[in-house]
Amino acid sequence: MAVVSSDLTGTSPDALPEAGLPIRRLRHPGRWLAGAAVVVVLALLVQAFAAGNIRWPIVGEFLTAPVIVKGFGWTLLITFCALALGILLGFGFGMMRLSANPVLRFAAWLYVWIFRGTPVLLQLLIWFNIALIFPRLYIPGLVDARMVDVITPFVAAVLGLGVNEGSYLTEVVRGGIGAVDRGQVEAANTLGMTPGQTMRRIILPQTMRLVLPTLGNSAVGMLKFSSLAATIAMTEMLNAAQRIYFINGAVIELLFVCAIWYLAGTTVLSIGQHYLERHFGRSSSISAPRRNWLRRATAGVQA
Amino acid sequence: MTLAVRTVGIRKSFGAHEVLKGINLDVTHGEVLCILGPSGSGKSTLLRCINHLEVPDGGYAWVGGQIIGYALKDGALHELPVKRLRAQQSQLGMVFQHFNLFAHRTVLGNVIEGPMVVRGQSREEATTRAMDLLDMVGMAEKAQAYPAQLSGGQKQRVAIARALAMEPRVMLFDEPTSALDPELVGEVLEVMKRLAAAGTTMIVVTHEIGFAREAADRVVVMIDGEIRETGPASEVLSAPADPRVRAFLGRVLA
Repeated sequence: MAVVSSDLTGTSPDALPEAGLPIRRLRHPGRWLAGAAVVVVLALLVQAFAAGNIRWPIVGEFLTAPVIVKGFGWTLLITFCALALGILLGFGFGMMRLSANPVLRFAAWLYVWIFRGTPVLLQLLIWFNIALIFPRLYIPGLVDARMVDVITPFVAAVLGLGVNEGSYLTEVVRGGIGAVDRGQVEAANTLGMTPGQTMRRIILPQTMRLVLPTLGNSAVGMLKFSSLAATIAMTEMLNAAQRIYFINGAVIELLFVCAIWYLAGTTVLSIGQHYLERHFGRSSSISAPRRNWLRRATAGVQA
Repeated sequence: MTLAVRTVGIRKSFGAHEVLKGINLDVTHGEVLCILGPSGSGKSTLLRCINHLEVPDGGYAWVGGQIIGYALKDGALHELPVKRLRAQQSQLGMVFQHFNLFAHRTVLGNVIEGPMVVRGQSREEATTRAMDLLDMVGMAEKAQAYPAQLSGGQKQRVAIARALAMEPRVMLFDEPTSALDPELVGEVLEVMKRLAAAGTTMIVVTHEIGFAREAADRVVVMIDGEIRETGPASEVLSAPADPRVRAFLGRVLA
């Protein structure tokens, strides 16, 4: 042999020790050092913020101030409505993207091209000022109103964020539908299921599992992007905080209040996402089906 | 002998490659027909043309009094709207090489899906019948399992039950054991033999010569998109007239 390891040749078979010898585990002093260094840095950071120019009692005071809590309520409402709109548009246009009809395919492509291709802040401003293009909203027999009365800051925020999110979700849904095995559709065809039944009962439920992680990201992102509505005079949480610190000058304190609420919100969303993914992923797990609250809660719905 | 299936001059090309060169084939009621042939000979495509999963370039299949995919009117074949095509397809049971069980449904959910959605049966009605079928294929106790939790052989037995739940006129099997580990082939063939014995009309594309010999009333050998040999299994397998069929059988029987 070309290379002879001394570890393998150093002990002769006659001198081998007995099996019961104690074993000394390898030590990892580097891990301890790195861990200690990080703990020190964290402690210094905490100390710096505690001693810094932040009046923590004010943070505590405004954390539950009615204006802030109400603002957070609006934040949640914008998030929910915009996400719902985005999901609706995403699934609608996502299916159109895969349509056999080239006109529908093109329309969906155009939607994505425009709304994914321009900044969401810009879109918010355009929705908010859309009365400059169309002073009246007039649909014969349905609506006839001044646009400024229809497009309130809330409506503009939901439209702007929702339509923008829909353009991203369109691509996500298209990918999700495309990833469902072709054999699933063939099996549905041979059972005699119509295209609509196949889409509703076979393809979309399986698409859900694939797009759910992305939808979770969207929800978390939407909660944060809703703060952009502050720029169009929507009194959601960030806007409310700004109005307060313009008066009392407690800028950092109020921004920290917002940070705490946003973190709380995104944490709750992440937990919800975990349970949703487990629910829709149940069929792909190798183990026996797990009972959980969501399964029970939706048992009647999925029938 | 009443006719169950007739294909009339089915032709199909993929690009420049002509996969089926005008296939004429009759299957009588209750007959078990095995289609053998080398890979790429067009036997799976023929099966998929019969139930219109592939649209033939020319010719058509006739099943139980209906031309599949078309309405005959004014001396022309008019393509059927998709709903009427699906209604026809639901009378042809299909078993796929890769099972194609609905991944998000339980075993029971797979079997009752068609009867409920397509036939409009109630959940109770569909479940009662489904459990009988699952019992027949030996999968009743796995009714609540998901496909991902089953072996290949178990999946295929569920897929057979799912197809049977539609009470089809004909069962089409597209290489039902080709994706299975060798030790799991037997359990699927066992179920198919039971179906054959019960008088089910079956067209089986397969590489299992043993199954053909034991269960088939008639064997067809396809080579290069043409039927080269047809007859009882004993004759075709032991004394094929066509030299290319002899060469093919020599390879698979060796």
